[in-house]
Amino acid sequence: MKALTRQPLLRAPLLRALFGTPGNAVISLLMLGAFALALPPLFRWMIGDAVWEAPNRAACLAAGSGACWAFIRARFALFFYGLYPEPERWRVEIGLLLLVVVGTGALFARRGRVWWLLVLLTALPMTCGVLLAGGVFGLKPVPTPQWGGLMLNVVISFVALGGAIPLGIALAFGRRSRYPVIRILSVVMIEFWRGVPLLTVLFMGLILLPLFLPHGVTVDNLVRALVVMTLFTGAYMAETIRGGLQGVPNGQAEAATALGMHHAQVQLLIVLPQALRLSIPGIINIAVDLFKDTTLVSIVGLFDLMGVVNQSMKDPAWLGLAAEGYTFAAIMFFFACLIISLGGSLLERRFGVGQRR
Amino acid sequence: MNARLKAPDWRAVGWQGAVVLATAALFAWFAHNLSVNLAARGMEIDFGFLARRAGFDIPFRLVDWDGSYSYGWALYVSGVNTLFASALIIVLASALGLLLALMRLSGNPLAAGTSRSIVEVVRNTPQLVQIVFFYIAVLQVLPPMRQSITWFGTMFLNVRGLYLPSPSGTLYDAILGSTVVLVVLGALFWRRLGWQQVPRLVVLPPLLVLGAVVAGFTAAWDYPSLKGFNFTGGLRVPPELLALVLGIGIYTSVFIAENIRAAIEGIHSGQAEAARSLGLTSNQSMFLVILPQALRILIPPLTSQYLNIIKSTTLGAAIAYPEVLQIFARTVLNQSGRAVEVMTLVLGVFLVVNLLTSAAMNYWNRRLALQGR
Repeated sequence: MKALTRQPLLRAPLLRALFGTPGNAVISLLMLGAFALALPPLFRWMIGDAVWEAPNRAACLAAGSGACWAFIRARFALFFYGLYPEPERWRVEIGLLLLVVVGTGALFARRGRVWWLLVLLTALPMTCGVLLAGGVFGLKPVPTPQWGGLMLNVVISFVALGGAIPLGIALAFGRRSRYPVIRILSVVMIEFWRGVPLLTVLFMGLILLPLFLPHGVTVDNLVRALVVMTLFTGAYMAETIRGGLQGVPNGQAEAATALGMHHAQVQLLIVLPQALRLSIPGIINIAVDLFKDTTLVSIVGLFDLMGVVNQSMKDPAWLGLAAEGYTFAAIMFFFACLIISLGGSLLERRFGVGQRR
Repeated sequence: MNARLKAPDWRAVGWQGAVVLATAALFAWFAHNLSVNLAARGMEIDFGFLARRAGFDIPFRLVDWDGSYSYGWALYVSGVNTLFASALIIVLASALGLLLALMRLSGNPLAAGTSRSIVEVVRNTPQLVQIVFFYIAVLQVLPPMRQSITWFGTMFLNVRGLYLPSPSGTLYDAILGSTVVLVVLGALFWRRLGWQQVPRLVVLPPLLVLGAVVAGFTAAWDYPSLKGFNFTGGLRVPPELLALVLGIGIYTSVFIAENIRAAIEGIHSGQAEAARSLGLTSNQSMFLVILPQALRILIPPLTSQYLNIIKSTTLGAAIAYPEVLQIFARTVLNQSGRAVEVMTLVLGVFLVVNLLTSAAMNYWNRRLALQGR
């Protein structure tokens, strides 16, 4: 040890960690070689030789060999709002503002966090729904085929998550029910939705849902997607919440019963809140997965961010700028998922699992 | 006493009866609407169309197919495509996941940091974006046939796909087949043969590689070569399959890496210390103490990752890889218009595959969990 530290090169702990043993030195050199091969071209493409301002693709190609970010700039509004009519876009912005305010409130409020969360999951979606769809209070109606872009991803994941939490709670209690019929029905429901791929389910919503409704009733494409996404997410939510329910010590329910509470009171007021607190990490995972999976609606004909990118590449002025479009989409999703994860871990810490005595 | 016991019984009957009635009413309503809707279209539910001539082409297939086969056979062909893609993805994702986990656990900050950033970036971007990125932004901008990217003069990559030399020969088949059988039998009956002292994880994978190499030397290789405007001979991997395998494989590998890491870190460090104090070398302690226990923790999450892979292959529909959903819910549905039957089949296929796989993995899990406990 002494001999090692006396060598001048290896005195720094970082260097020792990287080159301390022959094996480590080989790994480090391999990694550095890979960086040297991969990073400079990537940097040149993304930033060094990239073109930020150009009227169309041909001008982009003439200006530089890197990425053509001018394409993204030209299509920015489309990527966010889809075909939502330009004079009405303030409604989307107000909806986003409300979401940010209530979301921040739910995360940082000193008291009444539960109420903030309830508003986030019930009142806010309704307000935003009215705001976006319009048709009342003098707001011009905007038909859902015009909804699109990242806004649609947010709308779908929000509605599906908001619907999936109550559904998941019901199914989780159903699966733990002492009545065999309710238990079996819950298990069948959960395992069916968990056993089939989301895309098949979306096709099912698209093709079968109208057949199962009364003759002549037409359902909006977006609503079909929302219904199946909610049911699908609800099944996964049920398993997460069931895990949470199992994590609440029996003593809690027993103590509440001993205090004279009714069975329903025990479950809803004592067990469920603690179970939900335990399932926050799982719920956040589901939220992240759901947000990423909203891209699948582009395959069944909705124009979410992915669908808009697919469509934009067919524009003659910007033909075939696939790498730029998908990289942009990936970056947007990356940061959105990062925000959800960070918010989730903050929520987890705020609700302080196991730190309350 | 009796009267008091009866009261909750009646409540149970009441609750369950209400739920059954509500469910039955819902399904009856669905069934009624369905029959009205089908009658309005002049259709009824009939799986007889499966025997009819399909008449469409399936661009990539592993079993016999042309337009004269039936719709039912198309389900088989596309099912094989789904399972084939799943198998390739499972191999790729497991190998990459192991690599990423080893990098993360290597103790080398450079390797661990790289692994960590790859995991964070990949798992926070949608799978579909990655698949379509590979398909449209990487594989479709490859050079045309004549300017193929060439490796060793025998492997060619161009916009039409990846062309590989294909091996054949009876000796090749025999050696490869017997190695696979031997490895599978070894994996199943290792303990019964009394070879516990030698970990099978160290012996069997190299044996498989060795068998494949020996078989490769005895094989007659059919090399792809450019004749006119097309390659003849060899094996063509279509870009759709490549994109699907790369996209889902890389995406799932980061989840598998996290599972492996969690499993190995989940083994209490006391286990390793105890093994070392008993005089086991660090390799012995890894392979005989840590890994067998880690594997036990690893199986359930790994199972769900593999099931996710099978389900994710439906994303092939986005890039027209001919798997079950693409062929059935698109082509067959458009041709025959039989919505209910087609969707029932597609959902049924995935349900059956999922339930069978999870049953098999549960069985394996139970076998492992029983040992030494």
